[in-house]
Parts: sequence; structure tokens; C-alpha cells
Amino acid sequence: MALNLSPNFNEPGKRYFHAFTPGDDFYEALIDTHRDLNDEQSAMVNAKLVLLLANHVGDIAVLREAMRIARQDT
Amino acid sequence: MLSTYQYPKYEYVRPPEQSGGGQQRYPVVVVGAGPVGLAAAIELAQSGVPVVVLDDDDTVSVGSRGVCYAKRALEVLDRIGVGQPCVDKGVSWNVGRTFFREQEVYNFNLLPQSDHKRPGMINLQQYYLEEFEVRRAKELPNLDLRFKNKVVSVNAQGAGATLQVETPDGIYTLETDWLVVADGARSGIRRMMNLDIDGKIFKDRFLIADVVMKADFPHERWFWFDPPFHPGQSVLLHRQSDSVYRIDFQLGWDADPEEEKKPEKVIPRIKAMLGDEREFELEWVSVYTFQCRRMNAFTHGHVLFVGDAAHQVSPFGARGANSGIQDTDNLCWKLKLVIEGKAPSSLLDSYSEERVFAADENLMNSTRSTDFITPKSKTSLMFRNATLSLAREHSFARALVNSGRLSVPAILTESSLNTPDSDVFGGDMVPGAPMDDAPMQAQGQDVWLLDNVGRRFMVLLYVKDPAHDSAELLKAFKTLASGPLAPELVLVSQKTGAAPQGIRVLEDRAGRFAERFDAKAGTAYLIRPDQHVAARWRALDTDKVAAALARATCNLP
Repeated sequence: MALNLSPNFNEPGKRYFHAFTPGDDFYEALIDTHRDLNDEQSAMVNAKLVLLLANHVGDIAVLREAMRIARQDT
Repeated sequence: MLSTYQYPKYEYVRPPEQSGGGQQRYPVVVVGAGPVGLAAAIELAQSGVPVVVLDDDDTVSVGSRGVCYAKRALEVLDRIGVGQPCVDKGVSWNVGRTFFREQEVYNFNLLPQSDHKRPGMINLQQYYLEEFEVRRAKELPNLDLRFKNKVVSVNAQGAGATLQVETPDGIYTLETDWLVVADGARSGIRRMMNLDIDGKIFKDRFLIADVVMKADFPHERWFWFDPPFHPGQSVLLHRQSDSVYRIDFQLGWDADPEEEKKPEKVIPRIKAMLGDEREFELEWVSVYTFQCRRMNAFTHGHVLFVGDAAHQVSPFGARGANSGIQDTDNLCWKLKLVIEGKAPSSLLDSYSEERVFAADENLMNSTRSTDFITPKSKTSLMFRNATLSLAREHSFARALVNSGRLSVPAILTESSLNTPDSDVFGGDMVPGAPMDDAPMQAQGQDVWLLDNVGRRFMVLLYVKDPAHDSAELLKAFKTLASGPLAPELVLVSQKTGAAPQGIRVLEDRAGRFAERFDAKAGTAYLIRPDQHVAARWRALDTDKVAAALARATCNLP
């Protein structure tokens, strides 16, 4: 499986009438996760998030591709 | 400053109460002759309800203020007879470019949706819209538009309200059965009634400059995140009519609004952005802050709040005037039925219920845009910039870039007026949805669906052949149509054919109606006067229509 770089957000059972809604739902949840945290706490939350999601993806080839893209232009 | 626009000055006419006419009681008084108050007044007057409009000023909105009018608002404006002048005077834009620092991240082309009468959005200075509405209002003999009439007190008790109104001739008293409040974000009526409006203030300031470009400039929307000419902030450039461009600079909370408004401060900012060689002149400058908030309920007894008086959003996404115009779309038919005794006043609670739902959706979308455009923490900023960096190459990240979402009408899926589906349908025309448009033919002419439905309840029945007479069905429908709500039966068919006497036919030769409404032979849609779907079935059953009609008007036993 290749790394999916197309829009892919959705929530089971939810009906969307506008293409922008699922991505905006996710982004809001992401920002909310960091609410009231200091920078260090936020960095720790982000690190845990990466680990959790990486395990969920599982496919190390896909993860290597994501890590490569993430490092570009830094 | 340069002016491309001559402000009309409307004549003050001494009201009948101050001309020896004595105190009068009116069915409806609208306070505020802005775009929303006028839309409400015109719609009511057109449908036969006499209206008095009170406004403390004698001209249109000063400065361009509202700029973007979206498709659904244009459809409502069409119904009140001002859609065409707005579209003729306004400018359509399709290309939007988003920049991050020095580089363009991506661009989009908002091509108009095919087979819809109106485009997704036009840009037009607010004063033009108001001028067209005033012109239309003056054509209506049952619409009494009173300039220089300022409401100084309101006593709302029981079945109506008593107002004290100040004019150049002094103060007079006026009574009304229903009061529609459209006096804007700082609503005087809301304050006089001690009603709260809750939400949050965004700690940021924005500078608006409307500039007249001397040379040709692309007809595009440009949005910058953190540009070199205005580091750390966002900037928006948007075209209006008469070669006027709206430029919106984010300034931050610590900016001094008085200082920032000075031309010697504004002009260098714009020069840095456009490059020195472009010639322009300033037309209008202001500094604003904004709030995202709404009233708990938009209905308070016989006082009905619409537009900014009831709810305010951030400007990102053009949801101010657009949602206010949709408020009037929702309110006016309900108020008319209540006034005529064809529905109980609880129908007006559904105005509040449905428009609070819509306001919450608007608040959510505009707050999300605001949070993306002006991140509030280091982590938010990091995610924002990461999204923008990835957006250049990856479509998933482009979908997350939020510089304002196009204002689209709320799909009222949760409304208590809907009859839930009992049959299976595909597509988006669910109960509560505002109808999609479609190109149709009627009596040999090309027409638009939305120009031919609404203003009253209708049943759209999709048939194979309009000439195929089902006498029993028509007889049953006639009984229903002779009731107080008098729904009209309209046949929709892909085929041309003579319908039985007195029944309208809309021909769907291109098949767009069938496609968008998932219609097959026998499919019936019950449509509200505001062109929202109330119910739908795979076969027409007049008992079911009668029940759905009762539900949609709070007439259920």
C-alpha cells in the first residue's frame, strides 16, 4: 500500500453535505487536543500522537515514506 | 478620498401619526432598513402583508462593508426582485490564489456549478444591494419605508409591541402586532429589551481598505499567510465592482486603530503589497474587531430578531449578510401564515429553532476559519504552517487550508417541521435541504426551477407523461388544495404533454431534476414556501401529504 496523500477524513455514521467538512472536523479536534497545554506538554502530546498513529498504520514502508516527506523543506 | 459611489439621500416624509392621523396599529413593523430588514419587508409586502419599516438614517450603508453574496442569498434576492440588478452590477470571480510567505501554495478555480441559475458567489459593495432594495421597496404600495425614524423605546408585552419613534418632527407612538428587529450587531432594540447575546470576542484587529485600482488588475481573490510585506499576519485582496478592491490586513490586538486608519500609515502598507508601480486611490478605510455570538432564541413573544441583531460571525466566509437574508427567507412565510390564522404562533418557534441551528453552523465554520487564519498558540501556528507547507504538493493538505469556506445554506436535517423519509432516496435533497436549482422548460420556454417553485406549499410530482390523467389522484388532491394552506400540485416530467386543466407542468428535458432529486415516476416532494424540502415519497398519497403539511406548519392535532 502506498502512502495516501489524497483527502481521506471521515467519521463512521456521519453524513457530509460539503467536501470541506470532514477535514475541518479533524483539524478542530486536533487543535482542541492542545487546548490549555504549554509548549512542552504540546510537544509531548504530538510525539505520542505520532507513535499511536504509526502503530495503527503499521506498514513500515508507508511510514518511511511519510517520514521522508515530513523532513523535506525543514 | 476618492469616491466611485454617490450616496443617495432619501427623503424624510412626516409620518401620518405626526400629520394629524392619530395613533395606529400595524400588523408588522420592521426596525432597520439594512440589507436584511429590507429583504424581510419586501418579502412580506409582496406576499400581501402590509409593512412599516423604520430606519434612523436617510441613506444606504456608508463604506462597502458586506462584500460577498452567495448563491442561496441571490436566489432569495431573485424572489424579492433584486437578484438581477445585483448580479448585473456585481462581479463574479473564479480564481483564488493562496500564498504562504513568498510562494503561491496553490490556486483554485471556483467554476460555477453547471445548470444552476446563480453562481456560487458574487462580490458587490453593500450600498448597491441596499439601493436596489430601496428601489424595489418603493414599488410596493403596502410597504411604508420611513427614513429618519429612530426607535427610542420599545414596550413588548403580550400580543405586540408599542414603540416610541423620534423624527425631525418630534416623538410619536406606534403599535404593532409583530416587530421584526433588523437593527444590526449593536441592536438598540435588543439592548432596550435587556436581552443577552453570548459568545466570544476575538482578540485581533483588522484593517479594511477599499482601493480603486487605476490600471487593470486580475479579477481574483488572493490570500496571503505570513507574507514578506506584512510578516506574521494574513492579508486578503478581493475585487468588487467599479474597479474597487477590498484589502484586509490582519493587524494583531495591540495595533492602535486610530493610528492605523491614517492614510500615511495605510498607503505604504498597500504599496508594499502591490509594488510601487501600481496606481491606486483610497476609497474607504476602517479598523474592525469582531465577535462570534448569538442570542439564545431569535423569537421573544411577538418580537422576532433577524440578521446581525440575532447573530454575529467573523467575516471569514461571508456569513453575515448571507445568513441574515436566509433568516428572512425562513421567517416571512411563517409570519404570514400566523398573521392569516393558518398556523399557530408556535410555528414562529421553528423560525428560532431552524435559524439557531443555521447560526451555529455558521459560527462553527467561521470560528474554524478564524482559528486557522489567526492561530492562538505556538502549536496551532506550527500545525497551520505545516499544513501550508504540505499543501503545495499534497491534495490532502490543500483540503485542510482554511482561508474562509464558501457560505452555503444550512441543511435543516434536525428540523421538527420535517417528515422523516420512509422511502429510500439517494442524493442530498433530504427533508430540510434547500432545493437545488435545475434548468426546466415550461410552456415552451426555458426557465429555472427555483424561479418557478416556492412562495407557497407545493407538491412536485414526477410523472412519466403529464397527459396521463389519474382522475382519482387529482380529485383527492383537489380536496387538499381547497384547504387553508392551498398547496399547489405541479407535475415534473421528462416528456412534453398536456396536463389536465389548471395543472402546471415543468419539463425536465435535460434530466437534471431527476438526477438531483433522485426522482422516478411517482416520486413526490412536498416543498415549503422557502424552497426547502418538507417531505418526499416514492408514491403520492394525499393523506401523507396532508399529515406532512400539518407537521410543516405546526398544525398537527
